[in-house]
Amino acid sequence: MTRKKRRLMVLLLAGLGLGTATALTLTAFQDNLVFFLSPSDAMANRPPADRAFRLGGLVESGSIERTTGSDGRPSATFRVTDGPTSISVTYSGVLPDLFREGQGVVTLGRLLPDGSFRATEVLARHDETYMPPEVADALRRAGHWNPAQGAAPPAETWNTAPRQREGRSGG
Amino acid sequence: MGGVDGRLTTGTGATAARPNPGGRSLHRFANPGRFLRATGRLMPLLWGAALIVLGAGLLWGLVLSPADWQQGETVRIMYVHVPMAWLAMGGYTGLAILSVMSLIWRHPLADLTARELSPVGAAVTALCLATGSLWGKPMWGTWWVWDARLTSVLVLFFLWLGHAALVRAFDDPERGARTGAILALVGIVNVPIVKFSVDWWNTLHQPASVTRLNAPGMHVDILYPLLACALGFSLLFAAVVLARTRAAVMERRVRALQLARARREEGVPA
Repeated sequence: MTRKKRRLMVLLLAGLGLGTATALTLTAFQDNLVFFLSPSDAMANRPPADRAFRLGGLVESGSIERTTGSDGRPSATFRVTDGPTSISVTYSGVLPDLFREGQGVVTLGRLLPDGSFRATEVLARHDETYMPPEVADALRRAGHWNPAQGAAPPAETWNTAPRQREGRSGG
Repeated sequence: MGGVDGRLTTGTGATAARPNPGGRSLHRFANPGRFLRATGRLMPLLWGAALIVLGAGLLWGLVLSPADWQQGETVRIMYVHVPMAWLAMGGYTGLAILSVMSLIWRHPLADLTARELSPVGAAVTALCLATGSLWGKPMWGTWWVWDARLTSVLVLFFLWLGHAALVRAFDDPERGARTGAILALVGIVNVPIVKFSVDWWNTLHQPASVTRLNAPGMHVDILYPLLACALGFSLLFAAVVLARTRAAVMERRVRALQLARARREEGVPA
């Protein structure tokens, strides 16, 4: 009995120590564990110009300009925003399928002296919304959601909505 | 026989009046015998339920459920990926509980189950990583990124592999079980990191859709088949682990019987 209790105490103490150590380590490395900086973060403490970092946020509505370079490669200019701050991003290359206005993106590149961002990689970030196309269409028709403006409305307003193609339009 | 001596010194309090090795084996396997009888009745039910629920869930998810408005048909990868991720984390939590039972109560069945659990856990975590990668290429535009979620799941995979290798690396299975249990318990700190990485840090991986405080960010026509698949895969996981544990118990029994017979034939009183 006492031996089991002693083992239990040792285990609990070891667990407590390990948990504390992990929590302290994670807090200490907080900044290094961040996969991307938001435009506000990047503007608040601007990384040095020669340092590549990831910039993440939403593609600002109406900001996408697609062009074709002289070598025939597609390129695009768009603004990445987190609400208060937005940064202009230029990228030449093929954008991922999910790339659109209002979509979350993570771009890798460098901040230029003029405050714009030159990206060498653009990844689309999927949010936690899973919606059948009919439901998304119904929300858009009813004016409850414009995907170009950002995230979907609160889930409880649509996650049990009936899924008929010829549904009530306009609500 | 160094192994036997080692086991004697780490034995439970009730080892004082042990007559001989043969008697000790019988005493030791009395409980697993009950385990074999009980699980023997359970196994057909478990296999049956797993096949029915998983079959129905996969049909529902892969064929009958709607596509996603922006992911299209690629969303169906989730019906395998998410249950695998839940099982990887839930299974590891189970491994930690077995390790506590092993270290505190010296429960031999917990040792055996942990030993048989970790290869299945490693397989499930590998499937989670592989399906996630297959989804990431068309959706994100990359197979892999070193964000906090993906990296912590990779660490979880290595913990599973490490446990599976470590418990098998000792000549004395009990020492292997103890060492593996300590590794499993050290590794448990990674499970909350996996779970909350998407909330604590900016990650490319999306935050939780189902296990969050407000309403699931998933339409019910996608959510219900996902829950069915998760239940089906969990039943299959339980069935595979239990079947492996039963096989391991029987293997030990056969070995003990062979040992006893060999002793008898050599004239050692058993």
